[in-house]
Amino acid sequence: MAASTSTPAADLRPSGPGPTSGQRRRTLLHRFDIRAAPYGFIAPFFVVFAAFSFYPLLYTFWVSLHQVELSTLDVMSWKGLGNYTDLWQDDRFWNALRNTFTIGVISTVPQLLMALGLAHLLNYHLRGSLFFRVAALAPYATSVGAAALVFSMLFERDFGMINWGLNLVGFGDVDWENEKWPAQFAISTIVIWRWTGYNALLYLAAMQAIPRDRYEAAAIDGASRWQQFRTVTIPGIRATIVFTIVLSTIGATQLFGEPLIFGQGPNGVTGGADNQYQTLGLLLYEEGWRNYQMGRAATIAWAMFLLLVLVFVLQRVISRLASRRPARRKR
Amino acid sequence: MRSARVLPRTRVVGIVSAVVSLALLAGCGGSDTGTGGGRSEDGKVTITMGLFGVMGYKETDLLDRYMEEHPDVTIEAEVAGDEETYYTSLQTHLAAGSGLKDIQGIEIGRVREIVDTQADRFADLSDVPGTDHFLPWKQNQITTEDGAVLGLGTDMGPMAVCYRRDMFEQAGLPTDREEVGALWADGWEQYVDVGERFMADSQDPELSYMDTSSGLFNAMIYGSSEQFYNADGDLIYQDNPAVHDAWELASQAASSGMTAALRQFQTGWDPGLANSTFATTVCPAWMLAHIQEKAGPENAGKWDVAPAPQGANWGGSFLAVNQDSPVRQEAIDLIAWLTAPEQQAYLFQELGFFPSSQEAIESPEVQNVTSEYFNDAPIGRIFGAAAQEIPDEQVLGRKDGTIKNLFAQGLQRIESQGQSPDDAWDATDEDIQHAVG
Repeated sequence: MAASTSTPAADLRPSGPGPTSGQRRRTLLHRFDIRAAPYGFIAPFFVVFAAFSFYPLLYTFWVSLHQVELSTLDVMSWKGLGNYTDLWQDDRFWNALRNTFTIGVISTVPQLLMALGLAHLLNYHLRGSLFFRVAALAPYATSVGAAALVFSMLFERDFGMINWGLNLVGFGDVDWENEKWPAQFAISTIVIWRWTGYNALLYLAAMQAIPRDRYEAAAIDGASRWQQFRTVTIPGIRATIVFTIVLSTIGATQLFGEPLIFGQGPNGVTGGADNQYQTLGLLLYEEGWRNYQMGRAATIAWAMFLLLVLVFVLQRVISRLASRRPARRKR
Repeated sequence: MRSARVLPRTRVVGIVSAVVSLALLAGCGGSDTGTGGGRSEDGKVTITMGLFGVMGYKETDLLDRYMEEHPDVTIEAEVAGDEETYYTSLQTHLAAGSGLKDIQGIEIGRVREIVDTQADRFADLSDVPGTDHFLPWKQNQITTEDGAVLGLGTDMGPMAVCYRRDMFEQAGLPTDREEVGALWADGWEQYVDVGERFMADSQDPELSYMDTSSGLFNAMIYGSSEQFYNADGDLIYQDNPAVHDAWELASQAASSGMTAALRQFQTGWDPGLANSTFATTVCPAWMLAHIQEKAGPENAGKWDVAPAPQGANWGGSFLAVNQDSPVRQEAIDLIAWLTAPEQQAYLFQELGFFPSSQEAIESPEVQNVTSEYFNDAPIGRIFGAAAQEIPDEQVLGRKDGTIKNLFAQGLQRIESQGQSPDDAWDATDEDIQHAVG
């Protein structure tokens, strides 16, 4: 980067007959500079990262090896891996893990499929497409708190709009908060509502980068719209799809605000009276900020971290296996 | 060869960026100022308060009046809506050693934890003059073993039963508050018996008798001297007959279908009040203002207040002063004034917060208060009589607030999720053991 800024005038400078010691030192400094300057440029990020991400990560691990209460953080009693074995045997952890997974699937799969469809529609030359694009992004700009609060009123049992609508078409009331699957479905709709537009815009940007002539070529070959979508669009935005899947997976693992506010009060923290929609994020919050047991909360945080690492190792392995096979076939 | 002239620039930039990032870090370590008040050079004093929910100080003109009478004092009160959120941040501030306000509100469910673990962080108020007017049990709750008084009582929550006259009438039940009180004068079982009658005779099948069984559970628990803990701080809820009786009766009500299965103070409860879906709720004095607001003017005169079968105290708070506050004496003067009998009586008249001051309770300003909204019920007399029935000692425990919420969730398992009372007890028991462990 430094080299590209050199001025032509500098290059015209006559070079001396031989390098003096001063010149040599300058050359050495110059080399050092070329090598070191990039690190200097990126240093701020890594220093900040070390202070605000890496150090907390290690400190959290240290805390997870102790019994610590929030009000007396300086008093730590060593527990070794006790918190981890307790967590492994705790039904509520496995329950939260299952809930995180099911809510993750119910919210992510329809979300990405709808985003894909929406992006495909927006990709046509619609009248007022700018309006639709802004509208698609509006939910993303809404705060989780506001969205979850409104949805919890919509899904209210006695006087909520959803039950009112269900009554109109002849169904009985659903106790959205107290029943397991309705509650998970309701929370998923909040996530879907907030993130579909955002993902759609990512897809749209990727779709617009696909060269027109590929579609023309496909059309000449007699491919229908649907075939074009499957064989031109999808492969064209594959990298973006993988990216959104990664983002959504991380988001789903950390799902917290939506169920917390949907449940409200004590039920928000425990994810329902029977923990029927408690996610890992909520379990962490319950241990740390209701039971004030920071050691156990830190253990859950690390379990979530390890879980994500595991998911991505698996994903790498699978994708490597998947990419190796077709490559051999080609040869 | 590359240009020699540009080299210094890149080096400078590299060094600058490294320095800047270090400075960023240093900046983060240096913020230690806290949010307490202070004293300026001209003798003016700023006092900060941390409050939660509706404590009445920000909602009435009390703070303004104090500032008028004391021109050198400025009060900045910050109110967190939800007590649980408030207490969590108070805990965090205590742990971090910064961010405490000069005055902090403390809810009854948290008092024991503060007394046990944070006694040295709050000023001892035992020598403050003019503070001997409280009910003895109220100040005992916030007194340490060494006799340090960590806070002054604000309100308390003597309990009654709020009921709908029109709904009682259509079910063939008496509507006069004395007669209604007589229906369950012998105990809470009779309150549930009346519920059976109500459900059988009500003309409107949509109506429920009570909002939730957890209100009944709370009323029974809070009428007992020992609740979830004994005086030594041991958990006794598993063997305490008071807890057993309360669970038994509340779970009976929960599985009988006479409750509206609502959660108090959460979504659903307010629309239930506004749309008149239930006929009674067990109400501490401070709940009246909430009912009046949420049930709205169209239900004025339909609600009434009858005495509960047994005196009980649900809730009530304290004001405490940060030991390290730069304006400690001024803060102490302020809370002594705010909790003085006249101000407590005023808050009862304005918002229905029942005084914890013996002197205020006996004053005509409190005894003669009636509520127009609640069909002119003499709430000063009713709650005053209930206050005298409250046990002289109420043993509080460290996790009272959490345990109360877990029992409410346990009853919800029966009420809304169809679990059997035995299963619900086991699950609740397990949750409590985990929460306190």
